[in-house]
Amino acid sequence: MSVNTADVAKIASLARIKVSEAQLEAMVPELNGILAWVEQLGEVDVTGVTPMTAVIPNTLRLRDDVVNADPLTGGDIRDAVLANAPVAEHGFFGVPKVIE
Amino acid sequence: MRNHRFELMTDLTELGVAALRDGVAGGAFTATEVAQAFNAAVEAAQGALNAFIVTTPDAALAAAAKVDAMRAAGQPLGKMAGVPIGMKDLFATKGVQTTAASKILEGFVPPYESTVSQKLWDAGAGMLGKLNLDQFAMGSSNETSGFGKVISPWRKGDDTTPLAPGGSSGGSSAAVAARIAPAATGTDTGGSIRQPAAFTGISGIKPTYGRCSRWGVVAFASSLDQAGPMARDVRDCAIMLEAMAGFDPKDSTSLDLPVPAWEAGLNADLRGKKVGIPREYRVDGLDADVAKSWDDGIAWLKDAGAEIVDISLPHTKYALPTYYIIAPAEASSNLARYDGVRYGLRDLPEGANLQEMYAATRAAGFGDEVKRRILIGTYVLSAGFYDAYYTQAQKVRALISQDFMKAFETVDVILTPTAPSAAFPLGQKSTDPVEMYLNDVFSVPASLAGLPAMSVPAGLSRDGLPLGLHVIGRPLDEQGVLNASLALEQRAQFSAKPGKWW
Amino acid sequence: MSSYRIQGATGEWEVVIGLEVHAQITTQAKLFSGSATAFGAEPNTQVSLVDAAMPGMLPVPNRECIRQAVRTGMAIDAQINKWSRFDRKNYFYADLPQGYQISQLYHPLVGEGQIEIVLDEKNPEAGTKVIGIERIHVEQDAGKLMHDQHPTMSYVDLNRSGVALMEIVSRPDMRSPAEAGAYLTKLRQILRYVGSCDGNMDQGSMRADVNVSVRRPGEEFGTRTETKNVNSVRFVMAAIEHEASRQVDVLEAGGKIVQETRLFDPGTGTTRSMRSKEDAHDYRYFPDPDLLPLELSDAFLEECRASLPELPDAKRARYTETLGLSAYNAAVLTADVDTAAWFETLITASAAKQGKDEAAVAKQAANWLTSELFGALNKLGKGLEDSPVSPEAAAELLSLVGDGTISGSIAKQVLEKMLETGDGAAAIVEREGLKQTTDTGAIEAAVDAVLAANADKVEQYRGGKEALFGFFVGQTMKAMAGKGNPQLVNQVLKAKLG
Ligand SMILES: [Mg+2]
Ligand SMILES: [Zn+2]
Repeated sequence: MSVNTADVAKIASLARIKVSEAQLEAMVPELNGILAWVEQLGEVDVTGVTPMTAVIPNTLRLRDDVVNADPLTGGDIRDAVLANAPVAEHGFFGVPKVIE
Repeated sequence: MRNHRFELMTDLTELGVAALRDGVAGGAFTATEVAQAFNAAVEAAQGALNAFIVTTPDAALAAAAKVDAMRAAGQPLGKMAGVPIGMKDLFATKGVQTTAASKILEGFVPPYESTVSQKLWDAGAGMLGKLNLDQFAMGSSNETSGFGKVISPWRKGDDTTPLAPGGSSGGSSAAVAARIAPAATGTDTGGSIRQPAAFTGISGIKPTYGRCSRWGVVAFASSLDQAGPMARDVRDCAIMLEAMAGFDPKDSTSLDLPVPAWEAGLNADLRGKKVGIPREYRVDGLDADVAKSWDDGIAWLKDAGAEIVDISLPHTKYALPTYYIIAPAEASSNLARYDGVRYGLRDLPEGANLQEMYAATRAAGFGDEVKRRILIGTYVLSAGFYDAYYTQAQKVRALISQDFMKAFETVDVILTPTAPSAAFPLGQKSTDPVEMYLNDVFSVPASLAGLPAMSVPAGLSRDGLPLGLHVIGRPLDEQGVLNASLALEQRAQFSAKPGKWW
Repeated sequence: MSSYRIQGATGEWEVVIGLEVHAQITTQAKLFSGSATAFGAEPNTQVSLVDAAMPGMLPVPNRECIRQAVRTGMAIDAQINKWSRFDRKNYFYADLPQGYQISQLYHPLVGEGQIEIVLDEKNPEAGTKVIGIERIHVEQDAGKLMHDQHPTMSYVDLNRSGVALMEIVSRPDMRSPAEAGAYLTKLRQILRYVGSCDGNMDQGSMRADVNVSVRRPGEEFGTRTETKNVNSVRFVMAAIEHEASRQVDVLEAGGKIVQETRLFDPGTGTTRSMRSKEDAHDYRYFPDPDLLPLELSDAFLEECRASLPELPDAKRARYTETLGLSAYNAAVLTADVDTAAWFETLITASAAKQGKDEAAVAKQAANWLTSELFGALNKLGKGLEDSPVSPEAAAELLSLVGDGTISGSIAKQVLEKMLETGDGAAAIVEREGLKQTTDTGAIEAAVDAVLAANADKVEQYRGGKEALFGFFVGQTMKAMAGKGNPQLVNQVLKAKLG
């Protein structure tokens, strides 16, 4: 499979990365080069193979339902949460107005 | 007296982790003297090497003062007490800018500390600064940093062509090789600890996936990312890995196991051990220097008492393409959070709506290689392509893992070269992404299988540049990897270091 | 609820409805972080570094969320998958800090199940219908955008971001707004019984995505639209009605239905296309690499099953079969878990006070509760949950009726006083002298007076107009201020009237 300019434009839009026409043109052969190279995987016979789920055999651990048990993963830290925000007002993050 | 001090401080930068720790503990010098010596070395090299994104001399001094005070009070000292280190700028450090070498995070000051860095500080280490890297750890040469490339301290003889320190932990490798840090943290997704270690003549180990917590480490590819130490020798790596590793309930993939006493367990006697030599790694056109150093390694391990066994890892050639589907796929999702809303860069063109703000911010903040991988990742996950690419890759990944498990039924460790060549000049491979990706051909398979793997210096190429040997072990057998690496280190007698041209 | 059809200009149309219900799982902490879930907190105070998707943050699942989803699955007879996984659903929006929602697409926690609805509560003949449940998966809620606080900006509050939801996906088995309403009501009832969701639709704890299509009866399914986040049973029914007739109009005008996301406007009762979500339909789902597969042990599943309460259908059957309640009373008393609990406390206390077994007092208690207390609370604008009269206090009142201390009509007065003052029934009866009189002399005197005052009616009664008996009873009771023992009054009247 290979991509054309329109495909790359669509992918870039899905990935929310603005690209100029010139960048698009440059990206098409680059991405096609990479895609052509990874496509050799298609030749591997994977009949009956289960896709890898856990890299090292391990199962999901569950935590107790306790609020702020660990301050590093708990709430009540609004100042810290907002400290790096480009726009924070009245305790909220600010973004350009969204029309739903 | 004054003169004596000066000499001592110069000499201190020649010491590694174990020597510094023991010297501080024994009172040969103070932690503060160590911090001052390395702070000065960092300062002197920064303009030439660009190994750090920010330096934190005060943090190093504060940590040292604490260790000195503890020692004076007769309190027990930690595993890394008095050792100042460089922290790869992928680890969140509380109150200190953390960028992943990307403009999109410029100015981001985390209100939290990563688990691994916290463990190191708790063990008495101090921070010299945040080390440069390939942007979001994507790269093998350190040319993708948003804060300028790192220049390797190594040169080909008198040739002043700047060389790549390897990547993505290139700031780490350059700093340790240049003796401006005794050790540094690295992270390894497809070889980012091992390849730069090989390029700069130092040691580095990527432990089993799940040994080191990923909490607070800027994510590249979650199923592959692992932190590990980079230092001058195997012992120093063992010490530092002990301080970094350990269960973290905040990371669902963290292994709930005790941390072995790796330093105490070091043993270069390999009698009774079997070392596998995978025939698929002897690729066509393998660099002659690399081939020779591999043969040297085989001979050294034999000399250490090991039995050498020819093995086959039949899916090796598919490892890189597998990696270049899975890692970008995970990255495309992991990097979606950089959207200009809660932290980092926001680019809001006049009149732009929310979605346009995202696109402008991400276009301005991410470098080309990051964008390339996000696009590849987005594509392979998109409707209609998911099974052909991603599911297929996860199946092949399972086969690659099975290859290793099968080999480990017969052998204890596997020996390969770390990288297909010695360090290359900066700029040489940046035009063809796939050629750059091939740098990780020997390191990626172990990453895909989550295995512990280490690079140790093996010798010099004809051009006088370091080459690394690569030991891969069974899951959780870091000790086996360290021991085989130690056997190699003792026989390689690698003592070369870059001339101090800065 | 005979088959619901929309009469178009060109003939009849049938509506096909499927619901995706998002139910907030009742827990203290969020699905993947330790921040709180309580409703109504100050903006961004219940947000952890994890919920704000700070670099390097990782999810660790909350056991209680998994447990409650499993219990819910068990309550609808669903298949519980011992092996499931979390997937990422990728899209960009300001209420989604990670740039993806952690959800379950490929391997949900709960598989096929079902819910039986009663087609018409008022008409038992109408029967029941089984609505298929395709799956229940566990996922993160998004944050909230406020659009009206600033002229050029929307404000983002992440308090809800990461709160655990169950998405309960029905089969497209419903054929009318009423069926959808009955399904949603029943589902809410079950969730509240299980305790996995509080069902507070006005606080957003339960919202439905309403999938609607129309077709000629018996033909293939048409193209559907999805109306998002409708937050009351009434609105769901209104949204279906509007959306179905809109689709009929489009089709009859020769148009095509566009598969799209729509928004319900409660003000106008109409739906409209939701532009903001339009280009976001390639979600690039893939297994979340930060989370390992979720494997449930037999012990965990056993605990989930053992902790399930008696469910609505079983309880309703027991109320009619074992307690002898009317079908109506059984339905009313089991409609909500809190009502049933109140009723059961009442009959336990009543049985103890009256020295009888529960079945012997249940009918009296049920009648009193559904007619007397509900009526009185209704007048006060209160619900059972904030009733000033506790089940224990009510049991005292009922025991006074049961042992003949007061009559039923006096009991009404006593209840009013109890609601007013919060005092106990016995104390009120004592204080106000409301004890029923069994003094035959006093009753005879009252009867004599009534008969004397109504000589004409006595004449008529004796002439054969026996219906007047009730009149005499009423007059006597009135004369005795309601305190005459009704049986004795009857006896005396019968004797005196001859
Ligand atoms: Mg939906
Ligand atoms: Zn959902």
